[in-house]
Amino acid sequence: MMENKQNAVRKILVCCGTGCLANHSMDIVKNLKTKIAESGLEISVEPLVKATGCNGFCEKGPIVKFVPDDISYYKVKVSDIDEIIAQTVIKHEVIERLLYYDVVVGKRVKSQMENPFYSKQMKIALRNIGEIDPLEVNDYLERNGYLALRKALLMSPEAILTEVEKSGLRGRGGAGFPTGRKWKQCDSYDSFPKYVICNGDEGDPGAFMDRSILEGDPHSIIEGMLICGYAIKASQGFIYIRNEYSLAVRTMLEAIIHAEEKGFLGNNILGSGFSLTLQVVRGGGAFVCGESTALIASIEGRVGEPRAKYIRSVEKGLWGQPTVLNNVETWANIPEILAKGADWFNSIGTEKSKGTKVFSLVGKVKNTGLVEVPMGATLRDLIFDIGGGILGKKKFKAVQTGGPSGGCIPSELLDLQVDFDSLEAVDSMMGSGGMIVMDERTCMVDTARYYLNFLAEESCGKCVPCREGIKRMLEILNDICNGNGREGDIELLLSIGSMVNEAALCGLGKSAPNPVISTIKYFREEYEEHIRSKRCSAGVCKDLTDFFINPEDCVGCGVCKKNCVADAIIGNPKEAHTIEIAKCIKCGNCIDICKFNAVKVL
Amino acid sequence: MANILEADPDTSFDEILVKYPREQRFTLAIMQDIQNKHNYLPKESLTVVAKYLEVPISRLFSMATFYKALSLKKKGQNIIKVCDGTACHIRSSATLIGEVEKALGIKPGDITEDEKFSLETVSCLGSCALAPVMVINETYYGSVNAMKVREILSTYGGNTDDGE
Repeated sequence: MMENKQNAVRKILVCCGTGCLANHSMDIVKNLKTKIAESGLEISVEPLVKATGCNGFCEKGPIVKFVPDDISYYKVKVSDIDEIIAQTVIKHEVIERLLYYDVVVGKRVKSQMENPFYSKQMKIALRNIGEIDPLEVNDYLERNGYLALRKALLMSPEAILTEVEKSGLRGRGGAGFPTGRKWKQCDSYDSFPKYVICNGDEGDPGAFMDRSILEGDPHSIIEGMLICGYAIKASQGFIYIRNEYSLAVRTMLEAIIHAEEKGFLGNNILGSGFSLTLQVVRGGGAFVCGESTALIASIEGRVGEPRAKYIRSVEKGLWGQPTVLNNVETWANIPEILAKGADWFNSIGTEKSKGTKVFSLVGKVKNTGLVEVPMGATLRDLIFDIGGGILGKKKFKAVQTGGPSGGCIPSELLDLQVDFDSLEAVDSMMGSGGMIVMDERTCMVDTARYYLNFLAEESCGKCVPCREGIKRMLEILNDICNGNGREGDIELLLSIGSMVNEAALCGLGKSAPNPVISTIKYFREEYEEHIRSKRCSAGVCKDLTDFFINPEDCVGCGVCKKNCVADAIIGNPKEAHTIEIAKCIKCGNCIDICKFNAVKVL
Repeated sequence: MANILEADPDTSFDEILVKYPREQRFTLAIMQDIQNKHNYLPKESLTVVAKYLEVPISRLFSMATFYKALSLKKKGQNIIKVCDGTACHIRSSATLIGEVEKALGIKPGDITEDEKFSLETVSCLGSCALAPVMVINETYYGSVNAMKVREILSTYGGNTDDGE
């Protein structure tokens, strides 16, 4: 056994997604490489150090994985490297303290598959993330990459369209439009050239699955676009990537060159006679460009304003030609559907939402990161089983889905099975899959205000209901949060909200009131408390908050005093402390760090 | 206006322009490259680009004010971006922004008098696990609280006494 293990190609995979990079994972790669080279004489097989895309488990990064030993280390530091080489690389021994600690079982686990964060997931779109070096096309080929393309090129375009339609795949960008139907519509127009576009302008704050796929598995996107291009007879494609994602842009540019070198992209692909070229377009940093017609305007070199969609992009899109525009995650699903068949994909998920969905689980949850689960998993599965529950000793309050266009779902609905339709039924939406977990320290009025503020800034200003309506709603919310709320404000918000929803031109405007409407629906008493009692029970709205320390709970440990920026906490060790209200800047640091829950909101 | 257009052609943007064909669709890319090189869009650059692409300068101006990636205002030597994405927001990024404002005496979108720093807020850097996040130039700082702000700024030579 041991013999076998040693002869197999050993690899050390170091996550180099943005999250881990920020925690210095590149230094770890460099150090591992030099130190292994230096000690080269002592070991027979030199492990390959690979920089992979994002593992998704950013909270515990940087993550270092050993194959085939199947050992995963978390929060690795450069100072750990000597020990890692001496123990794990040379002796195949596990360093206990770097393993994941499973709170539920109460022990450390060696393999990723024993870690509940991974074991409860099912990976389709993220299948290669963290397993391959995105800049090595051979890594992708080793994991059956471009086989689906080869298969597709032997099929008739009609058969591909039928297969994708039969799979039941719906667009992962937000609205959930059936992908196969979109392709078929585009195919039905007899006007050439046609275009394929990848929407990588991931704008929802709190969602980063597209970034992860662009950075970690660019070829899956290229392959998906190629298959569509062949099916609808497109000759050119564009990948529109958000400006902030510089690593994603660099990775994709390089991946396109690699694919061209291997003959997967360009003229006469694999001798089939089909030709397609791909170009990367950097986004300009405008949320509205997630809207298809605005994105197309941006590629054309204009201001990214949407237009009314009485004629759809599948008929007249980029430069007035038929265009298929899909989101990153949608494209990444396509090769797997072609390779394994529509029936396989169709068997996963719920009645009307097939396959899996990637969620980015963030906020006040223990395990922050990207998770991919079959459609129909419950919020409880996601937040408590995979996410490990709420940070600290706080209570779960709500989960926000769908980005700025979505809504907040309260704890009563934790057993909701998540799919496109169920989320809409509770006044939220799937959106791109952001899932922001909120605890009792999150103020729902402030959350609604936050989204409206974001949308007011991002509204392109073309249509009046959105430009003016959002601004007026924001003013009312500002008043409520600043202690100037009046009776009737809630009703006024609802009435302006329904007007904006009815009358706005594009999806951004139409869905803009959602954060307000859903928080009023489920957390009306919080609005009323702000308006009538001028109190913010979460302790967020500064004008409506005063903190105090409950002497019965305070043990006088002094942690809050030491960490108070404003020097507003006084008290002797082992005696109850007090807050000087006049000095307090209400940053809330004390309430967040107190282990005894002694700091309260007045 | 006519004078500017007739003046000697400015050659300092040529190395960027030669990379792109004279097609309107490269407008954004050209302006982004200029932005990356100069940290903002100098007035002359718009004139040069308008001439090169044969588009009215008003169109470039509307793009420059529409897209967040472009700026007509000069930026500081060190660009501070504080993330105010949702995940950061509910982990108190507003307090963090307030602390940076106090330490440097500027508001988001402004530049310090000595041109050392400019402050921006951004909506999500996709690093939600590190929330709240602050980025200075290319360096990411995760889980930043009010205490850490001054420490971090001082490593960039920031004047951290706010006159109290």
